[in-house]
Amino acid sequence: MSSTTNSSTHHTSTIGAIGAPSRRNTELALLVFAVVIPVFAYANVGLAINNQVPSGLLSYGLGLGLLAGVAHVVVRKFAPYADPLLLPLATLLNGLGLVIIWRLDQSKLLQSIKQAGSAAPRQLMYTALGIALFIAVLIFLKDHRVLQRYTYISMVGALVLLLLPLVPGLGANIYGAKIWIHIGSFSIQPGEFAKIVLAIFFAGYLMVKRDALALASRRFMGLYLPRGRDLGPILVVWFISILILVFETDLGTSLLFFGMFVIMLYVATERTSWIVFGLLMSGIGAVGVASFEPHVQQRVQAWLDPMKEYTLSQQGVGGHSEQAMQALWAFGSGGTLGSGLGQGHSDLIRFAANSDFILATFGEELGLAGIMALLLIYGLIVERGVRTALAARDPFGKLLAIGLSGAFALQVFVVAGGVMGLIPLTGMTMPFVAYGGSSVIANWALVGILIRISDTARRPAPAPASNPDAEMTQVVRP
Amino acid sequence: MNKPLRRIAIFCGLLVLTLLMRDNWLQYLKADSLKNDNKNRRVTIARYSTPRGDIIVGGNPITGSTETKRNGLNDLKYKRTYKDGPMWAPVTGYASQAFGANQLESLDDGILTGNDDRLFFRNTLDMVTGKPKQGGNVVTTLNPAAQKAAFDGLRHSGGKGAAVALDPSTGKILALASYPSYDPSSFAGASSSDADAWKKLQKADDSADPMLNRALRETYPPGSTFKVVTAAAALENGLYGSADQQTNSPLPYTLPDTRTELKNEGNIPCKNATMRVALQYSCNTVFGKIGADLGKDKMLAEAKKFGFDSEQFTPVRSAASNFPKEMNRPSTALSSIGQFETAATPLQMAMVASAVANDGKLMKPYMVDKLQSPNLDTLEQTDPQELSRPLSSQNAQVLQSMMETVVKDGTGKNAQIPNATVGGKTGTAQHGVANSANPYAWFISYAKMPDGSSPVAVAVVVEDENANRDDISGGGLAAPIAKNVMEAVINSKK
Repeated sequence: MSSTTNSSTHHTSTIGAIGAPSRRNTELALLVFAVVIPVFAYANVGLAINNQVPSGLLSYGLGLGLLAGVAHVVVRKFAPYADPLLLPLATLLNGLGLVIIWRLDQSKLLQSIKQAGSAAPRQLMYTALGIALFIAVLIFLKDHRVLQRYTYISMVGALVLLLLPLVPGLGANIYGAKIWIHIGSFSIQPGEFAKIVLAIFFAGYLMVKRDALALASRRFMGLYLPRGRDLGPILVVWFISILILVFETDLGTSLLFFGMFVIMLYVATERTSWIVFGLLMSGIGAVGVASFEPHVQQRVQAWLDPMKEYTLSQQGVGGHSEQAMQALWAFGSGGTLGSGLGQGHSDLIRFAANSDFILATFGEELGLAGIMALLLIYGLIVERGVRTALAARDPFGKLLAIGLSGAFALQVFVVAGGVMGLIPLTGMTMPFVAYGGSSVIANWALVGILIRISDTARRPAPAPASNPDAEMTQVVRP
Repeated sequence: MNKPLRRIAIFCGLLVLTLLMRDNWLQYLKADSLKNDNKNRRVTIARYSTPRGDIIVGGNPITGSTETKRNGLNDLKYKRTYKDGPMWAPVTGYASQAFGANQLESLDDGILTGNDDRLFFRNTLDMVTGKPKQGGNVVTTLNPAAQKAAFDGLRHSGGKGAAVALDPSTGKILALASYPSYDPSSFAGASSSDADAWKKLQKADDSADPMLNRALRETYPPGSTFKVVTAAAALENGLYGSADQQTNSPLPYTLPDTRTELKNEGNIPCKNATMRVALQYSCNTVFGKIGADLGKDKMLAEAKKFGFDSEQFTPVRSAASNFPKEMNRPSTALSSIGQFETAATPLQMAMVASAVANDGKLMKPYMVDKLQSPNLDTLEQTDPQELSRPLSSQNAQVLQSMMETVVKDGTGKNAQIPNATVGGKTGTAQHGVANSANPYAWFISYAKMPDGSSPVAVAVVVEDENANRDDISGGGLAAPIAKNVMEAVINSKK
């Protein structure tokens, strides 16, 4: 493979190093769709509910367009070689989420029980904050490898974030899960931010320890068993997950962190044994906790027999919720093509209809077709994340990218699977579409980091001709 | 590091694929059952989203819809109303926002809401043209004058009871009244006053059980009216050649295999009486002996031909009347005079009278004439259907002449109608422990016009806990109601 061509001609010899088009115009074109589609959906909801184009259409369209435009300009300036799909996909999801949240705001039922009414303007504000954070990440994080320096600070930070909801006076128990903290009139879900900070810690830690974890092992029954002392970190993370589950009764977050760690550990060491251990330990942990934690048991009961849970709740037997069954009815009533935006009755879910259960509204009003499209959009975001990990040239970037995309995929699976009755419900929200500031802001930061890594990965190597040896090294790297 | 990365990519793909499969299962395979689940609130919302179609009697709707006063929590737009609700409740049933629907309101819900598949094309057209969905109508066979006569008669009698009138030649239900009744309008909504009204109507709060449809769902010992079935069995099995052949029955009559005497009501000429005389005076001894002589199998076979032991779907389901299957000889004798475990719905006894009046042909009783689309096209028409032939036309005419004697000269004189021949049979059924409770007063009858046609057959039962025991006899309490119902039908034909 020759790479001694001079810089003025086309380079075709190395992958991802030279000559990659920046794709910024592709991104811009896609962004136009990502803004126009939600604007049409917004008009659609208004026509269906009030028989008129909503008065806020122009400001909403301009607002979303402006946010997306600013984000695009910043990407163009500060991360010109970034993946062109991530920003439009996130914008589209965020825009559609806003439309559905506004649609649920119109529900008289939800207004009367104070579950909605003015959620959409707040969500728009959160979106602005999220995109501001996204921009800040791109401007101030010139190279993601800088984050490597903060490995252990990240660990401390993540632990603090995770434990905050347990601090008396700060934490709040909302519908059985203690995952919120209150600051003034705002409630924040620190778990959403902890997800990113933990990924940074894991990536930094595993990059240093991967050789020790991978090589120092004994072979037993076809599996590479790690040495006892190397088992330490996985045990610690496992234990923290269990603690979260027990004290914050949050099955989803605990599954998410542990799953993310196992994925990153596997990628770092290439040892299948870690996955086996991971599955075993999460199984033991989940069953063990479920055997004495009533909140978790109740979620499992509601998953196994949602109709019974519904009936009990209708009879006024305390502690039971009709939500799971209501969500299933919403999906079923939507059918293949859905009832049409604004024409469903997903407000019957009542509590958390626009946050944890927002997917049910998508299901009822956009139908099977809409949910499949939505899931594929999420799948595409994960795919772009994994592709970024593959293209990244440094192990830290690879680990961070796969950690963040894996966590994103797990979160989508856990939330969507929970709402659709595939697995027990957990207290997490659909990234970007669900109402909730923490989730939107944190996920914009996540996409910001992925874009930063992908920019670094796709950026042409500086002055390749002046240092051919360096480039050779890159070419032979697996 | 790239090999595990690719595997993780596959794993993430599988996660998404799993979700896609689950969604297809949920929104494609299970969609219909979830969508139409009765507990799914959307079913109720759809039911009341547009004015419901109407239930029609004699060309006029007896139901209506009114817009609900709406607040944040009430998501139902229209509410059902009823005209003369208590009178028609045994026919319409109820459709309540809070308490669901039953009877015709539930059985023909698809037509009434407009969701029926047969209205699909029309609905699609309406959707395209932007017209709101409309419900179709249910046209019943009932006769408003006969229904009013039946309901008013029961109300004035003061007791609990029921009346059923049939058109013998077709099986059309002309009247179906039950008393005490309820007004389905009173709990059609979802407010707290609706809930109160509903609660007050439940058996727990009202021992009279006004929501029980006595005409279809309550079985009573039919008493002497069952002797018509026993007489039919005797004729069909050739036990006696004619109505006027002496039956060779003793008085007093001792139940077979026992030392218990079967008593008659009063001192009546039952010794060796003919069947005509025995029916005229309602001789327990004669018909008890006939039952015992025929045996339980032949009696059961005849009772079944009249419709005993099976539910009727009018389409509203009726309870199955009962003729005991396993019993000894004395019990067979008692069952043959409508006591022991014999029990019949008022509908069943009206079917007995109608089969006799229709020359032995029993027509399937029905109350829905046709289902109409919103623009009054007929979607489904019910055709009269023969259910069975409990007796030959010859024997039927013999039995008719016997029943006509009952009204002309016997216990049923109160049912005579000028310009029509009436055949009937009274009944006074004992019940309660050691027959201590007040008996049920029964009357079954039919009217025949001079041209030989028979426009109506009726069964009336009155259970009266307040009346003087001596006053209760089918002839005194029930026959006048039957007469008014028959007259109402005859007059409405003119």
